[in-house]
Amino acid sequence: MTTTPTAPATTPAGRVRAVLRSPILLSVLGALLIGAVMLLGAGGNPFEAYAAMVEGAFGPTQWRNTLIVAVPVVGMALAVAVPLRAGVVNLGGEGQIVLGGITAAVVAAGVDLPAPLSLVVALGAGTLAGALLGALPAVLENRLGVPLLVSSLLISYPVVALASYLVRFPLRDPGTGLPQSRVFDEAYRMPVFAGIGLSALILVVVIALVVQVDSRTPFGYEVRLTGHNRRFTEYAGVAVPRMVTRLMATGGGIAGLIGAMVVTSVPYRFIDGALVVPAYTWTGLLAALLARANPLGAVAAGVFFAALQVGGFGMERETEVPRELSSILQATVIVILAATVAATARRARTRKDAA
Amino acid sequence: MSVLAELLDASIVPSILRALTPVLLAALGGAICAKAGVFNVGLEGFMLVGAFAAVAGSWFTGSAWVGVLAGMLAGAAMAALLAIASVKYGGDEIIVGIALNLLAVGLTAFLLRTVFGKQGTFTDPDLQGLPTILGQTPLTYLAWLLVPVLAVFLRRHVWGFRLQGVGEAPEAARSLGVDTARYRYGAVLVSGLLCGLGGAQLSLGNVVLFSHNMTAGRGWVAVVAVLLAQAAPVGVLFAALLFATAEALGFRLQGVGLPSQIAQATPYVLTLVALIVASMRARRALGRAPTAPPPSEDRPPVADPAASTHLSRE
Repeated sequence: MTTTPTAPATTPAGRVRAVLRSPILLSVLGALLIGAVMLLGAGGNPFEAYAAMVEGAFGPTQWRNTLIVAVPVVGMALAVAVPLRAGVVNLGGEGQIVLGGITAAVVAAGVDLPAPLSLVVALGAGTLAGALLGALPAVLENRLGVPLLVSSLLISYPVVALASYLVRFPLRDPGTGLPQSRVFDEAYRMPVFAGIGLSALILVVVIALVVQVDSRTPFGYEVRLTGHNRRFTEYAGVAVPRMVTRLMATGGGIAGLIGAMVVTSVPYRFIDGALVVPAYTWTGLLAALLARANPLGAVAAGVFFAALQVGGFGMERETEVPRELSSILQATVIVILAATVAATARRARTRKDAA
Repeated sequence: MSVLAELLDASIVPSILRALTPVLLAALGGAICAKAGVFNVGLEGFMLVGAFAAVAGSWFTGSAWVGVLAGMLAGAAMAALLAIASVKYGGDEIIVGIALNLLAVGLTAFLLRTVFGKQGTFTDPDLQGLPTILGQTPLTYLAWLLVPVLAVFLRRHVWGFRLQGVGEAPEAARSLGVDTARYRYGAVLVSGLLCGLGGAQLSLGNVVLFSHNMTAGRGWVAVVAVLLAQAAPVGVLFAALLFATAEALGFRLQGVGLPSQIAQATPYVLTLVALIVASMRARRALGRAPTAPPPSEDRPPVADPAASTHLSRE
């Protein structure tokens, strides 16, 4: 996470220069440029298309949609960023968010509880399920040497299939022909205060907790140290395997909580594919990579990518350019960023060697 | 017993072979990269773009073979992005690979709409698929042929030998005058060509259509096959065969009345179980020594994928 010491970031001018030279900004601009070329290729006008995208994301009525999409995207960005802070890539977000959602749906269908307690139990169960699923690949790696990167991804497939099965058979709403659960009872519906959902408020608390632990506790320090140099941290006596399990459980727990909050919000039921098709997991993953695992950065990047996603719909309405351009932009940013960061680091190293 | 007989009669062999080809081709590409010291997790994306380009090539020229060629080139083009970002500029290959996989999903969906004006799936009775010989496409025979060819190449050819040197001891290879970057470029590009072939087999062989995200994790299964076999071509064949058998069996299970979700999940569960068993055996072979030998300066070693899941953000 070290920035190149080219400009002293203390003076205002130096700070501006540092931002302008930041690889993140460069990558975003580079991706927008590549997107412009694709827009021209698709017969669109890049200026119109990007303007329609901004309008579609931040227009007078549209910004609300951006906020609604931003909650799961930011949540999933944190689910990836928390383990990534120590250099661990959590590819199992899809399974974790779906398991959290289906667990909440099972609770809502099977447990009769009064209002505030019902939601506490449903969200708690979803969080716990996600946490356990997240911890499993970490335990498999620590105990048996199974590579976490692929095991976390592979575990998602049976979980998504299980949820799909449950919602098509035991939990299915017989009233509709669609693979979805019944509408939950009143007690299992997330309240909305003055237009702001309880989900958003809970997410803010989660963000605050993650930032607090990351920047203000010895554990957070050890995690960041591990991200920089795992071998050194282990040598210094930190039990890294246990740390990885805790980080994966936290990431999985956040993903599970998001899944539970999405299904207990409008339309108050588990719909097959509703947590998978909008690609919250992958948008969040790319946002975490853009922020290079910094928690607050992941929040900003998550909002940015959610705006791209929602803006894509606006662009499609206005200019008939397919909204999938948004996903192309998101992924392109990361490819360029990975290359720029490495190239900058390499240049800095050579300069240091020369001096 | 009748259920078992229904599951395991001889007619399952062709379906296993069909399911095997795309995974095997991609996994052989991944194995070449692994030998060169590149942990390539972009196979999924290369294959998906290859599958799309194959359909587009076949549709616009009326020849499935032009489609195959287009698929290979498109796969190689995606691979070139990995080569430039990771080999040339030193970007983390796992991050770049994951981003390329997601880029492939968005790009093919975008092109499906701009080129074909379709959302989700494109198919047409006039779309030319690959011909078959004894029920299998020529690509299936090619994939099987590539296994011994690659095994011999790696062991006997000077290039194959150098390629392994680049992966195992880059410093030593460099000091002997081997251009390590060039070998890594070559390996990544060849993996793109092979994944493109695998994609063409999916979209012009196994079925004749393109649908959104149709690779459905097969590239990741190929990554696991490479890990399981430690990048040895014959081992890769067996690992891929395991997945293909599970996929074919899954379809049969559906036929005997089990829910289709079980069929969908079976191959991935079996792949995961195989990975766990292989990891346990590898660990037991190491004894109780928990630490692997230190990795070389700039790349994680192929044999220790666990180490490469931990990124260094220096």
